[in-house]
Amino acid sequence: MENKHLPYMLLLPATIFLCVFFIYPFTLVAWEAFSKDGAFTMEHFQTMTSNWKFEISFWNTLLLAAAVVPIQLALSLLMATMVSKMQKGRDIVLYIWTIPLGISDLAAGIIWLAIFDQSGYLNSMLYGLGVIDQPENFLSYQNKSTIFIAIVLAEIWRATAIMLVILVAGIGLIPKEYYEAAEVFGASNWKRFTKITLPMLKPSLQTALVLRVILAFEVFAVVAALGGTNFPVLMGETYNWQFELQDGNVAAAYALVILAISIVFTLVILRVLRVPKGAQV
Amino acid sequence: MREKLKLLKTTALALSVIACASMAKADVLFWSTQAKPVEETQAMRDQVLAGAGQEVDYQASDGGPWLTRLQAELTAGDGTIGVLGGLHGNFTSLPDDLVDLSALGLKPTFSDLGMLGTSEQKYIPWMQATYVMAANKKALEYLPDGADVNALTYDQLIEWSKNMAEATGSPKFGFPAGPKGLKHRFFQGYLYPSYTDSVVRKFASPEAEVAWEKFKELWSYTNPGSTNFSFMQEQLLNEDVWVAFDHTARLADAFNQRPDDFIAFPAPAGPTGRGFMPVIAGVAVPKTAPDMDAAKELVAYMLKPETQIATLRATSFFPVVDVELPDDMPAAVKIAGDAIAKMSASPDANPGLLPAGLGDQGGKFNQVFTDTFERIVLAGQPVKDVLADQKTILAKIMNDTGAPCWAPDAPSEGACPVE
Repeated sequence: MENKHLPYMLLLPATIFLCVFFIYPFTLVAWEAFSKDGAFTMEHFQTMTSNWKFEISFWNTLLLAAAVVPIQLALSLLMATMVSKMQKGRDIVLYIWTIPLGISDLAAGIIWLAIFDQSGYLNSMLYGLGVIDQPENFLSYQNKSTIFIAIVLAEIWRATAIMLVILVAGIGLIPKEYYEAAEVFGASNWKRFTKITLPMLKPSLQTALVLRVILAFEVFAVVAALGGTNFPVLMGETYNWQFELQDGNVAAAYALVILAISIVFTLVILRVLRVPKGAQV
Repeated sequence: MREKLKLLKTTALALSVIACASMAKADVLFWSTQAKPVEETQAMRDQVLAGAGQEVDYQASDGGPWLTRLQAELTAGDGTIGVLGGLHGNFTSLPDDLVDLSALGLKPTFSDLGMLGTSEQKYIPWMQATYVMAANKKALEYLPDGADVNALTYDQLIEWSKNMAEATGSPKFGFPAGPKGLKHRFFQGYLYPSYTDSVVRKFASPEAEVAWEKFKELWSYTNPGSTNFSFMQEQLLNEDVWVAFDHTARLADAFNQRPDDFIAFPAPAGPTGRGFMPVIAGVAVPKTAPDMDAAKELVAYMLKPETQIATLRATSFFPVVDVELPDDMPAAVKIAGDAIAKMSASPDANPGLLPAGLGDQGGKFNQVFTDTFERIVLAGQPVKDVLADQKTILAKIMNDTGAPCWAPDAPSEGACPVE
């Protein structure tokens, strides 16, 4: 009797927590997005989509995720394999690589702003080397592409470590026997990586990608610091509608759009990287 | 280990003592959108509120969080905020939530604005400022022939900026178009009144098209970094720009640090006069104030002449009551004060009022002008199409709020029409 109920009892606190702090606020937000004076309406979504910045911020957000996530995936795989091969000093290297994780994203944005700013480090360096005659404004509205590159760099610097940590843990879980067998058959390093590490790493890759992609759609502070209003993204618009324009309904509509694309991409990743039941370790 | 434990215990003890102390004292919470920069906040606490005769906890925040906390307290019907400080626009959505302060008998300038269209004194004007132009003295030699810096026109400003750009190789005019910059006030209070003698009615008129074309021309000689500038004193001090437009409080550092290098002068004039806009900040008491008497006492204290002078030193906002300014005022006060006097006294002065009656749509009203700027000037979209498009948004805001016209627009019956 007791044993039968125990698992549910143990799940109860987490379930209540989720209901109170996630499901309930979520329904409130959804209702705010779809209602006006207590009646159902699509007006807020129409306001949102007819705003000239909606389309720009939508594509900017997707473009940013498309540029940042693949680079981070490749980098974190490379870094994770390097770390796991190390005999000495592994912990120290891992600590150093994960330092950016401990820095808030706004602080990260400001660090990179100090580099790219008109009177920033990059300009001082180029000027000092005699490459430019006077400080270049890399982050002006005329240089949308450099703003984009700066944001991509800052995001890579800031958030690659979160994937790295997950992948390092995942690589540690792969049984050594596979590698030993591969070595016996004379498989090259690259072969071992593609035939053993990658397939065995699928569950970790799944987690890392889902987490990272969702975070990429929520990008805000780094963009705000480096791009200001020159590079609108969905989260920035949400903030703007909530606090500057004092329209919580449209802000809620934006929040739902972010949620929707997050769900879609999560499902895609889960499907593409699924591990068949029979193949699980 | 034992050392660590001891340290932990002491810290815990200290923390609980602090917690008890702050709970025991019922400070008046002064919740404000003004004097946000850390130095100003500190100056408000040390130089202005220290003499209030009661403990005051001065907290400054952005308009969004400011309103969110206030609304939460109002909804709960139980609050901790004693006194509110904010711009006229911060209060326009709150008339039902503020107590009547007319019994205090304070009547500074612009008191009528503080009634927010009701019969009660919802807020009392606290301090005032406006926007002026500032220039590095190096810029003066490039002034167009025959131009008087104290009576400039927009055409002369464009020519001046062009001269500077051509002579120095880089644009030297600066404009606060950054995310926190006050660009919308320039369009509402300066550009539109100077070219159309209107803000709302003639938003999309042929005169407005001319205004935007002129501004585009000026923009071509403007430092492109302007879209990141929010406080022009920074760019004036590091000489990224030589001539700039901004709020007096956002130019003060430049005048104070190098009073001999910078001058202030009136905003330029257009075909319909020299448009300019005063900024009014006020103090109010929310209905949920925990200690009504203490809050009202603090409001009265803020309006005393000595307090007003101390506030001027702390924030560079000018008094709203008659005061005799002492001789040792900061350079910014003298320099900017002189320019404001010249601007108000100029024969073609065309003062406009702050947007009124927009309620919680004030942010959207500003956004109409910001979006128009971003689309026409930054994105290069056709002036006529953008104005026609933004006009519908503006008309909807005016109809939804029913806000009547304010100066320089001619008075209206009901909502101010966009013609």
